[in-house]
Amino acid sequence: MTDLGPLIPRNRAIHPDPYDPGYKTSVARSPNLPLLSMESTPSEETGPAFGHGTLGALDNNLILNWTKGAAPAVGERILMHGRVLDEMGRPVPNTLVEIWQANAGGRYRHKKDTYFAPLDPNFGGCGRTITDENGYYEFLTVRPGAYPWPNRANDWRPMHIHISVYGHSFGQRLITQMYFEGDPLIAHCPIAATIKDRSQLDRLVAPLDFSKSRPLDFLAYKFDIVLRGRRQTMFENKLEGM
Amino acid sequence: MVQKLDVLQETPSQTAGPYVHIGLMPTYAGNGGYYDEEIGTTPFIDESKARGEIIEIVGSVFDGTGWAMRDALIESWQCDAKGIFPGQDGADPSFAGHCRFAADAETGEFTLRTVKPGSYKGRGGVESAPHISLWVVARGINIGLNTRIYFEDEKNDDDPLLNRIEQRPRVNTLIAKKTDEGKYRFDIRLQGEGETVFLDI
Repeated sequence: MTDLGPLIPRNRAIHPDPYDPGYKTSVARSPNLPLLSMESTPSEETGPAFGHGTLGALDNNLILNWTKGAAPAVGERILMHGRVLDEMGRPVPNTLVEIWQANAGGRYRHKKDTYFAPLDPNFGGCGRTITDENGYYEFLTVRPGAYPWPNRANDWRPMHIHISVYGHSFGQRLITQMYFEGDPLIAHCPIAATIKDRSQLDRLVAPLDFSKSRPLDFLAYKFDIVLRGRRQTMFENKLEGM
Repeated sequence: MVQKLDVLQETPSQTAGPYVHIGLMPTYAGNGGYYDEEIGTTPFIDESKARGEIIEIVGSVFDGTGWAMRDALIESWQCDAKGIFPGQDGADPSFAGHCRFAADAETGEFTLRTVKPGSYKGRGGVESAPHISLWVVARGINIGLNTRIYFEDEKNDDDPLLNRIEQRPRVNTLIAKKTDEGKYRFDIRLQGEGETVFLDI
């Protein structure tokens, strides 16, 4: 088997600080001691594969998937779409992308969520798809509402969609959140603010994309995702000592 | 000025939040039947035909106050009993290697039922002791935490990762304790006394 080389070490500076007192829950849930760094091994360079056969036809349509197509969810209809790439700019094909979100009123279908906004009987709030050969994915959904959450006395989450991506290596595993262009709550959110570099936070804000909007049907937001790449050089495949 | 590097940067992480189960384990979140086939409910494709010893690992994820977190979600990835990863030539066709499991909402305890992995040789022919890779996410964890489960009844002395841990007592945080035949205990401590060794690999 060709050795694609080890994973490119993670640049932790672009990621959130694990310990951030502004996000209270992180205080007791962040390691105190430094992480142990090591070059990746087969345990991190391999990963699970998921076939198209696992997925249902409506899995990436959150407007219809909770009712199995019987009735549409309430809310502003949007297409969320983009590409999954690696750090070398190569598309990541055939990888699982999963999303979950609140409904248009800002309420999750979860027993722990007791916000006033009612559940939408036609909205479940999760979806999944597999990227095509160019790394492209899309979801049809409704724009989630903003909602208050218990942190400081009056904290609100901006509108956001949670995204989980595998890549082809367990070491590429990533969960993040997509925000929406123009949402004034982004600047006030302690979770968004765990990312200290504003230019990095901006990378989580999806622009409105009229090129993919369908007239009289839905608006589109574009969200590209970059996963860790592999450090292959022409020296990687030579025998040791050569 | 210098030439422009044609390299992208990884997308920044954000916490999986309190409702991660809606997206990754809908049945656990109370939304059973959402998908025809849920992903990662078991690492087996066919447990009755899987090669090797079937084991159960029980544990909890403790926060810095010693509280067993009720909302932790863990993913595991491992090779089969012969040290071959699913997808590689010769891998056990009855074993998928990947599992999602969550702390129980009442007790905070998780159970992983899987096969005991074999050892394998990595780059340069270096042999790793049998281990399972874990990725832990939850509300308050801003970027998923990687760690590994090793086994106290295996030969761990020459493992290249364990040997990099300077403070030798910390090695124990990565080693599952055998509690019975085929049963192990593995607790994860996010912070403070007995803090688990987390990995940047």
